[in-house]
Amino acid sequence: MNRITATFQRLAAAKKKALVGYLTAGDPTPETSFEILRAACAAGIDILELGVPFSDPTADGPVIQEASQRALKAGMTLTQTLDFAARLRRESDIPIMLFGYYNPLFKYGLVRLAKAAHKAGVDGLLVVDLPPEEAGPLRAALQGTDIQIIFLVAPTTRPDRVQKIAHETGGFLYLITKAGTTGEGGLDVEAIRRHAAEVKKISPLPVCLGFGIRNGADAHQLAPMADGVIVGSALCRVIGDAPGASDLPARMAAKIRDLRQGLDS
Amino acid sequence: MKKLIGQYPDATGHFGPYGGRFVGETLMSALLDVEAAWHSAKNDPAFMASFRAMLRDYAGRPTPLDCAERLSAHAGGARLWLKREDCTHTGAHKINNVVGQGLLARRMGKKRVIAETGAGQHGVATATIAARFGFDCKVFMGAEDIRRQAPNVRRMELLGAQVVPVTSGTSTLKDAMNEALRYWSGASEDTFYVIGTVSGPHPYPEMVRDFQRVIGDEARAQFLEKCGKLPDLLVACVGGGSNAMGLFYPFLDDPCEMIGAEAAGDGLDTPRHAASLCGGSPGELHGALTYLLQSDEGQIHEAWSISAGLDYPGVGPEHALLHDLKRVRYEGVTDVEAVAAFQLLCQYEGIIPALESSHALAAALREAKKRPAAQNILVNLSGRGDKDLDHVTRWMKEHGAP
Repeated sequence: MNRITATFQRLAAAKKKALVGYLTAGDPTPETSFEILRAACAAGIDILELGVPFSDPTADGPVIQEASQRALKAGMTLTQTLDFAARLRRESDIPIMLFGYYNPLFKYGLVRLAKAAHKAGVDGLLVVDLPPEEAGPLRAALQGTDIQIIFLVAPTTRPDRVQKIAHETGGFLYLITKAGTTGEGGLDVEAIRRHAAEVKKISPLPVCLGFGIRNGADAHQLAPMADGVIVGSALCRVIGDAPGASDLPARMAAKIRDLRQGLDS
Repeated sequence: MKKLIGQYPDATGHFGPYGGRFVGETLMSALLDVEAAWHSAKNDPAFMASFRAMLRDYAGRPTPLDCAERLSAHAGGARLWLKREDCTHTGAHKINNVVGQGLLARRMGKKRVIAETGAGQHGVATATIAARFGFDCKVFMGAEDIRRQAPNVRRMELLGAQVVPVTSGTSTLKDAMNEALRYWSGASEDTFYVIGTVSGPHPYPEMVRDFQRVIGDEARAQFLEKCGKLPDLLVACVGGGSNAMGLFYPFLDDPCEMIGAEAAGDGLDTPRHAASLCGGSPGELHGALTYLLQSDEGQIHEAWSISAGLDYPGVGPEHALLHDLKRVRYEGVTDVEAVAAFQLLCQYEGIIPALESSHALAAALREAKKRPAAQNILVNLSGRGDKDLDHVTRWMKEHGAP
């Protein structure tokens, strides 16, 4: 069974919520990044979103933009990102999603990507600027693997479209909590509660809430509304605040433990 | 020859393998709304009548079709004709598109328009119609471009627009477009994004082409009236490619050759150019599959040209298709060639062309020399060059040009 699906089944049985963590591969440098990723997985995230850096991340706010820039400047590539996934897979069974923009994947070649991702033990792909309408070629390339494509639902998505996206998505639905780009804060908790309830009514899939979640307290507040929360900018900020620090893996682990505690309490 | 007019894009916004709508889910509803509004408006005779009326009364259309006798004699071959978009209000073809999108924004009940700009021409055009329609207006512009294009920044501010400096990425046009998309994804309820060229997600490439085709429709009728036949060759410059699409489109099913002049900067054999078709490869940026300047890893490269209006690492998806179909020949024109053509038009015709349009002139002069006097070449003079005087003067000094 796909590791993402298995994880949600295991968590549901234990009455727990999923902590999905996003980190840009190669940030701040490839060597340090790999140690940060290992620490993050060990500290309690349930699903890893492994960000493929891109020069023009139009759906991201400044924190993840800067993470991408740091990684690219340090020479990070998609090939190395796939290698990170393979190395993490040798150590752990944590579900790994590649998370990024379409152009680096397209340029790499979709069939080649599908083969390499499958071999590396990748479980899911989330391509921010690839709505279901444009996903035909990627879907075709992934045939014969059990890699899932995860699609997003936004506050601006109308109900008929939510249904269509829920039909297309694998693993879970990524519910965007606010309009605009990724970044911490700016959450309207009541609006999120209503939106999550509507989406849960439309789809039986697990729903995870992402964008704007800063800390354990936010995670605690949102957790009851869905099956999990996704944290990206708040993790990237740990690196962005001190990209030269020698204890980044420990700092990341502390941040994850705070989120985990908020989620589980 | 296979008919092309009316064939593209298909119902899903694709031009063969190019185009489409590659955006984050947050923007999908906004784009579906723009598409629905545009398809209803273009079939509404009252909307199209108000578009034509505003082009006539406000933008100053039709623009002249002008025979460049002395420049043709200098080239010593085919006869050169100029479609004088430089004569429009605000001095470039950009006004055609913003009038159309402004009317559409008003029809959709939007209160604010946003735009990206590189050199500032599309920003000025958007600020112009924002003032005319009473919209709030924000123009995203790279911090580096703001420094280089101070007069256009003052123009936009005078017209009531807020110029938002963009410091992300490379602080140039592509980053301004990134930032406009980011802003729009948080404000699409009351805001209309006025994209300045035939790029971006569906329906923009189609919509902007349809607003710009007035250039080709007029030129075709004017040419037939003056010469009793069609031109042998059409030439236009291509950055994003809106003036070229506007000129070419109504001629696509005619037996006319076409050349799109891309900015070759220091040369196609150097990394400093902006020729996505001549020197790039297929990829996806800003919502469309097209040709891009990019690394082997799919990271977008910065474009380079003396002309800020051509300085974009992508190109409209319909050009990508016309390139693959070999319906249009795309050629590079270097900075040096463009400045030489700029000077020639000043000296022989008393017209100061935009640096963008000078690329088209240079490609046309190259062809004119090879062709007999009986042939006719129609060049889109897409804009006037007053904005470029300081830049060209400085460039000529640095390069020891005459």
